[in-house]
Amino acid sequence: MNATAKGAPALSFARGVVSIAVVLLLWELGARSKHWMAGDLSAPLRATLGALGFKTSYLPCVGAAPPPTGVLRSWAAILTDVGYWQSWAKSFLRVSGGFTAAMVVGIPFGLLLAVNRTAFGVAFPLFEVLRPIPPLAWVPASIIFWPTQELSISFVTFLGAFYTIVINVVGGAKAIDVRYFQAARSMGSSRWDLFRRIILPGTLPSIVVGAVVGMGITWEVVVAAEMISGGGSQIGGTSGGGLGFFIWNSYVGGSYEQIVVGMISIGIAGFVSSELLRLLGRRVTPWLSQR
Amino acid sequence: MTAAPFVHRETAAPAWRDVPVAPGRTAPVAEATPTRGAIRIENVVKVYGGRSGAVTAVDGCSLDIAAGEIFMVVGPSGCGKTTLLNAVAGFHDISGGRISLDGQVLCDSARPQAPRGSDRVVVFQNGALFPWRTNLENVIFGPVMQRKLSKRDAIDKAMDMMADAGLSGVEHSYPAEVSSGVRRRVEIVRALMNDPKVLLLDEPYRALDALTKSVMHEALLRIYYKNKVTIFFITHDLEEAIFLGHKVAVMTTRPCRPKMILTVDIPHPRDYSVLTSKRFRELARATSAAVHEEALKAFQSGEREG
Repeated sequence: MNATAKGAPALSFARGVVSIAVVLLLWELGARSKHWMAGDLSAPLRATLGALGFKTSYLPCVGAAPPPTGVLRSWAAILTDVGYWQSWAKSFLRVSGGFTAAMVVGIPFGLLLAVNRTAFGVAFPLFEVLRPIPPLAWVPASIIFWPTQELSISFVTFLGAFYTIVINVVGGAKAIDVRYFQAARSMGSSRWDLFRRIILPGTLPSIVVGAVVGMGITWEVVVAAEMISGGGSQIGGTSGGGLGFFIWNSYVGGSYEQIVVGMISIGIAGFVSSELLRLLGRRVTPWLSQR
Repeated sequence: MTAAPFVHRETAAPAWRDVPVAPGRTAPVAEATPTRGAIRIENVVKVYGGRSGAVTAVDGCSLDIAAGEIFMVVGPSGCGKTTLLNAVAGFHDISGGRISLDGQVLCDSARPQAPRGSDRVVVFQNGALFPWRTNLENVIFGPVMQRKLSKRDAIDKAMDMMADAGLSGVEHSYPAEVSSGVRRRVEIVRALMNDPKVLLLDEPYRALDALTKSVMHEALLRIYYKNKVTIFFITHDLEEAIFLGHKVAVMTTRPCRPKMILTVDIPHPRDYSVLTSKRFRELARATSAAVHEEALKAFQSGEREG
């Protein structure tokens, strides 16, 4: 019993490693399909693909991608490049700026909507009209509106997290069991006590969920915003434009390996920031992890 | 309504006890006659206005609950007994009549909703411990929030009371980490920490299995013997009612009013051997017909939870 309980995380870690390794292997094989397709043995395959309307020089889709070994080589080459790390720092600053602003504005706003009927009636319809507008649709408007490109990108990332956080806070606060309020009331709680001792801790788990999801959206948004706005800086090359611009720039420059390096970098960045938030979230809601 | 004499005194020798009990468990507890927590419910009416017309949940209901008494209210689900409890607690208003506590009017036609106060604390059907607080933090909630006690004093008192209730060792666990029986005891201790005049229990053991229930009944009685507080206990379990109560009121269903009031002449302190005693069986037999009749009525009218 104990052994399986202890073995389970190791086993699931092993499964994760195997699945990633298999995907990398298939990808490598696919990328090398160019070489095999040239041989005589592949003639029937070529004919079939041709009949289907595909290119006959390599397997469709995967054959055009750079192989993982090539990506690794390219990655190793730019690890010492300051510009690459500046891209990380740039995107990270934008994400944390927009995300922090979304938390600072979104949590009190959500709580206000949840506890005050008038505020809900006034603000929620407007909020619901604005919410379906994708953050990226805001990019042109925000470039016009904000004085610097930096601010406009941060604003768009702010929007990405803001809606998610507000929706989670409102939903979480409204879902608090009415019995908790009745119990607190019957033990003599004032309205302020109810807010501080019931609503705040009762909403905390939803705030954590909203923050983790919102952080993911922020990373999605920042990359696209950087691509559209041209990186937010006049410095050319790979330096200073953020990871989104790094990808765009690699595409324009024809370095397909670097595109993938940029994509994986964003994946890692998003994963690390979400994990950090989850860790923090577990610390502030200890009653959820201890069952 | 039958005006039953409501002052109950444990006097007679336990002639009903035909099963010997383990020594040490029957030691009589020093009796301090409680002087507070008498509830008088007079002609209370509660009408709900619904979409399908008005529903009279409680009509002409009068009950007299003596200070320090365990008063059990038995009725089928949806008969309106919870409405009565909510009126005493101040969660709902009443449409007519009067409820008073120790001679002071809580609510009447002039002020239909009783003020909510820590002199009447409710323990809910499904439990309402705050999941984000440890059991100990839950227990000290009331007195610390009202600044009746410093946090340190509250913790000392809470540790004592929890130890008395057999809750040593779960103080720093979260409610989700302990069994539902333990949770219910923590909740009762949390209520008692407010030093209430009346404890309002709304089917607190409904969700527990029969074995846990029997343990919980004895635990509740032990807590009660230490803190003589008036207990207004709602249940649909007749045996539970007779085992625990000084008085058992069997309620009619919709509208809710007392059908019969039984004075349980089995002396306290009681323990589980009571359940197999002859007197217990006699009382249960005498009451069960009335309860069954009301349950049947509730079933036929298709009433759900109320």
